[in-house]
Amino acid sequence: MHAEEEHIVEFKVLFKVLIALFMLTGLTVLAGSVDLGYFSVAVALLIATAKASLVVFFFMHLKYEGGLFKIMVLLAFVILAIFIGFTFFDVAFRTN
Amino acid sequence: MTHNTSKDYIGAKIGMWLFLFTEILLFGGLFVLYSVYLHRYPEEFHLAGQELNVYFGTANTLVLLTSSFSMALSITALQKGNKKLCMILLTITMILACVFLFNKYLEWGAKIHHGIYPDSPTLLERPKGEIIFFGLYYVMTGLHGLHVLIGSFIILIVLILVAKNRVTSSDFVAVENTGLYWHLVDMIWIYLFPLFYLVV
Repeated sequence: MHAEEEHIVEFKVLFKVLIALFMLTGLTVLAGSVDLGYFSVAVALLIATAKASLVVFFFMHLKYEGGLFKIMVLLAFVILAIFIGFTFFDVAFRTN
Repeated sequence: MTHNTSKDYIGAKIGMWLFLFTEILLFGGLFVLYSVYLHRYPEEFHLAGQELNVYFGTANTLVLLTSSFSMALSITALQKGNKKLCMILLTITMILACVFLFNKYLEWGAKIHHGIYPDSPTLLERPKGEIIFFGLYYVMTGLHGLHVLIGSFIILIVLILVAKNRVTSSDFVAVENTGLYWHLVDMIWIYLFPLFYLVV
């Protein structure tokens, strides 16, 4: 096996990621209790994306995978962003 | 043989990721629905969202994050050759999955007890936006809950494979792919939680 496949993520690193995830959860609950109007959705999604990135890069080992995996995952999320984003543009700017 | 295993290893993981992309698109479609209806009925979503229990939602978030953590730890333990620790951690992950589902059961139970479930007479009397909010709530958390249920069964299977030495420290892709699935389920909840319990 190649070295990159055998990469072992240490317990300590995973624990730090868990603490960060807990703190971000606290932050999102806190942000939810403040009325930020339209920004509240953006803030919530931003924090959620930070959490999801931690999960993908450390728990799912993407940080330690080769370029192919990184490009594949990036592509999948770009496609998702296009189809959610473009639908939303249509809805937001449509005048009846 | 070692060479072949190494080739299979990357192929197996790519296959798993490709499957996960289809899952992302499945939930992505539902997130599109959510965002369009949130835009159309902001007040109704706000009122309906306040009826969900933030404490339940937060507790379940912490439970699921911790289960993802123990799942990731189990892979590290197996890679280091600690079979027993790996099995303990997989069991913990499964228990946390059950805790999550039990919380969901209590939560849904309370809502259903108050007459709020899809197509219920009480719900149908409400404004259209609130009907859609609870419809999306049941569909999205229900589909997610189904994934948690399936995930815990797969973890059980992998736990048995580890116990029987069919999955070992030199051939652990089954645990890793199970982990990938489990983390995706966690990731979807990371988005569901603020959208239903907090934002609106």
